[in-house]
Amino acid sequence: MNPNLKWKALFILAVILLCIYGLIGLPTFPTSVAQVKDNFSKQIKLGLDLQGGTHLVLQVQVQEAIAQETDQMVDRLTKQLRDKNIRYDEIRRVDDTHILVRNVDSAQASVFRDFVQQQYGSLWESAPAAGETSGYLLTLRPSAVAQIQENTMSQSLETIDRRINALGLTEPTIQRRGRNDNEILVQLPGEGDPSRAKAVIQAGGQLELRLVEDPRSYSSQSEALSAHGGILPPGTELMPGRSETRSASGTPEQGEVWYLVSRAPIVTGRDLRNATESRNTNNPGQWQVNFVLSSEAARRFGPFTETNKGKQLAIVLEHRVYSAPVINGRIDDNGMIEGNFGQESAHDLALVLRAGALPASIKYLEERTVGPSLGADSIRHGVQASVLSLIAVMLFMLFYYRISGANAVVALLLNLIILLAALAYFGAVLTLPGIAGVILTIGMGVDSNVLVFERIREELRNGKSPASAVDAGFEKAFVTIIDTHVTTVVSAFFLFLFGTGPIRGFAISLTIGLIANVFTAIYVSRSIFQYHLAKMDRQAELSI
Amino acid sequence: MIEFFKEPNIDWMGKAKYFYALSAILLLAGWVSIFAKGGLYYGIDFKGGTNVDVRFAQPPNIDHLRSALTARGLGNSEIQSIGNVGAGNSNEVLVFVGQNGTSDEARDSSKAQVLAALNAAYNSENVGKPDLNAATASNLAAHLTQKDPLNLSAAAGEKYQQLARQILDYRDRTLNGLVTNFDDLGKVAGVTPAVLASLKDGYALGPFAIRTAEIVGAKVGAELRRQAVFVTLYALAGMLVYIAFRFEWVFGAAAVLAVFHDVLITLGFFSLLHYEISLTVIAALLTLVGYSMNDTIVIFDRIRENNRLLRKEDFAAVVNKSINQTLSRTILTSGLTFLTVLVLFLMGGQVLRAFSFALVVGIVVGTYSSFGIAAPLVVWWHRWKGQGAAAGTGPAAGNKTRSSEAAAGRLAPAGRR
Repeated sequence: MNPNLKWKALFILAVILLCIYGLIGLPTFPTSVAQVKDNFSKQIKLGLDLQGGTHLVLQVQVQEAIAQETDQMVDRLTKQLRDKNIRYDEIRRVDDTHILVRNVDSAQASVFRDFVQQQYGSLWESAPAAGETSGYLLTLRPSAVAQIQENTMSQSLETIDRRINALGLTEPTIQRRGRNDNEILVQLPGEGDPSRAKAVIQAGGQLELRLVEDPRSYSSQSEALSAHGGILPPGTELMPGRSETRSASGTPEQGEVWYLVSRAPIVTGRDLRNATESRNTNNPGQWQVNFVLSSEAARRFGPFTETNKGKQLAIVLEHRVYSAPVINGRIDDNGMIEGNFGQESAHDLALVLRAGALPASIKYLEERTVGPSLGADSIRHGVQASVLSLIAVMLFMLFYYRISGANAVVALLLNLIILLAALAYFGAVLTLPGIAGVILTIGMGVDSNVLVFERIREELRNGKSPASAVDAGFEKAFVTIIDTHVTTVVSAFFLFLFGTGPIRGFAISLTIGLIANVFTAIYVSRSIFQYHLAKMDRQAELSI
Repeated sequence: MIEFFKEPNIDWMGKAKYFYALSAILLLAGWVSIFAKGGLYYGIDFKGGTNVDVRFAQPPNIDHLRSALTARGLGNSEIQSIGNVGAGNSNEVLVFVGQNGTSDEARDSSKAQVLAALNAAYNSENVGKPDLNAATASNLAAHLTQKDPLNLSAAAGEKYQQLARQILDYRDRTLNGLVTNFDDLGKVAGVTPAVLASLKDGYALGPFAIRTAEIVGAKVGAELRRQAVFVTLYALAGMLVYIAFRFEWVFGAAAVLAVFHDVLITLGFFSLLHYEISLTVIAALLTLVGYSMNDTIVIFDRIRENNRLLRKEDFAAVVNKSINQTLSRTILTSGLTFLTVLVLFLMGGQVLRAFSFALVVGIVVGTYSSFGIAAPLVVWWHRWKGQGAAAGTGPAAGNKTRSSEAAAGRLAPAGRR
């Protein structure tokens, strides 16, 4: 045999072995048929649409974290200006990223400017406010906004990851995605009921302790508004209570309750160190959640409770006041959440608080649950149909092209094996659109073979000898095959670049399939022809 | 040598007008339908809302279902029967609740509302036992461990978890997700009469099972729709640039126009036959773009090659010859791929139906558009350019004989040889 051909044969054999090893030889070398099957199903990972499971897309409300920074800034500034004896008329939050300080005492204006610049210069930009005499507009710098967004996202991701993992589900995927980068994708393979996962993710979006600014509580938002003459005092907002919340006096209240609370929380979920559930001491039928604050927060919380003795403290979760106990004395690092908890709900809340509070609340954009029976259906039908049509195509090739048809069959099978093995090596997930990519690949594989064979036939008709007809056929078809394949790869590249999820899956399996196709339909098929030609009588006819 | 098609001698360019007429009719029919129906029929991916796919043990009474949904305030939901092609009465329905403009909370709870309505319609919550058709593996394993029908006591552990998984696997894969008779489960290895008795004791068989439930926000739907359009356009633009680089820009433009025409006609068919456009269908449309482009390039490639060999011939004749030379390949490949997707359409099951439908239509249209639409475009452009040059008004205001020379000259270096 031609030594060149021998190397080619060895190379092709090596590729085949590597692919087969990738499909069934990992993670442990199989010793039984059952193990081969097991390895195969481990290597080819199925997407949720084929396997069944839950797919959630949630959006982190990063704007909330930005608004919170602004609220806290108003609070800090109020206090620090008071300490420094800088006089002004009003500090007002204009919107989520702007604060207006009105009428700063002109004699102290430079002190004010220097102070803001020194203390907060990296986060806030201060400029004279338009239309105000000696007024200043503080703007949260875009870099600071981006930083807050980034922190919020990574913290949310971590927190959700911890919470989901605490549920003990199999192989959950939690990752960031999306255009504005504020979306998180949660995939729970095999999970047919997402309600528990959703509850755990959503629970305790944000724990906050806020001062209640008005000792009265109101039964409606409008009532609270009119009690304040239609305008809320600066730095406050109205918040609904949980309807079953107990008021400070301990009597259960009916219906809606609204509290007037300060905008800026004293303590947030970030300051939490531990949380546990326990029986309520006053009401043994109920449960409560106890929490411990970090020492840094305790240093703030202690003096705060000292000065606000007798006022109410609102314990806020997800923008609802769980309870508003009166501050009886200095509290440093311990607190509790009372509510209408049973043991399980208290336990889940404590778990959520321990795993860390989310820095901002979340919204669900998508929730998809595919039952395992539907996924199994799709696979069964899809595989049956694909195998049947593959067999039909192969039989036709054998009938139409005779022995050369066998060449095409080998090329097609090898193409399929390489494609599956590459998917396994890359850890790509096979989805329904991915199967579409596989089908397109098979179609183009058939096409490449037909192109080559028809070309060889043409050359034979023109009176060339089998060997030179094969050479010319491959040479000429090569240009066409490269053009068709590169065009499709170019489009797949754009699909991968700009598409998400399913479209990407399609692009990946398509690209791999096309590369494999060039290899099998040209390199492998030509090698087989050469082998065949080398063996046969020079004058014999080619079976094509 | 078996040959179905000897190299024919058909004047394709002379027949181009028939193909254009055919395309005009198909485009008109499809797009009149689209406009008459007020747009394409989008699946949940693109319009947002809630979809719940329910499989019943018995063919459900749709009116009964509707009144149960109305009682829950979901009166405007759509109920659609899903069946196999040809099969008359179907056990499966799709409930769609549209939610344009409703709050996030309402959307989040809509699935629970549909479930509650179903439970109310079938009274299934009053049985007092959990539904085996809704049971999860962990909950079934817990039940079995507690009852211990195999008397394993301390040795149980993994054993019941494995058994629970096997039972549910059988339910989902073999029984299609719905157990209608406990005794069917006796076929699962390891399910002894004692296990069966404990299942009967602890579970009821609900009359339906949820196959899928999807909730998609309206904004997400709009965004996905926009993205699908843009991704397709980017991909087409990328192809145009590559073909323009390898051939001549008019080839690229003609190929992309032809492929675009295929997509438009296929969308028209979707509207005419009331198929839904989902993300999977977008993948199918992209597949058809690939197929059709492939066909076109094969012909263009031959035109390029022949143009070099037959410089003296009329360009239209060269194109005709090229199409005829590649005709047997075109028909073989298209025929085989058509066969593939037809099998997929007939046997691929519910999920693949719309997907394979797009390909069934697309491959037929994509095949004739290569020689019936794309190739004539190139010929016409060449002819127009030639005349324009003679009259001195065309884009290439040179002499008439130069145009084909120039085209051939520009085409030559792109080849390998």
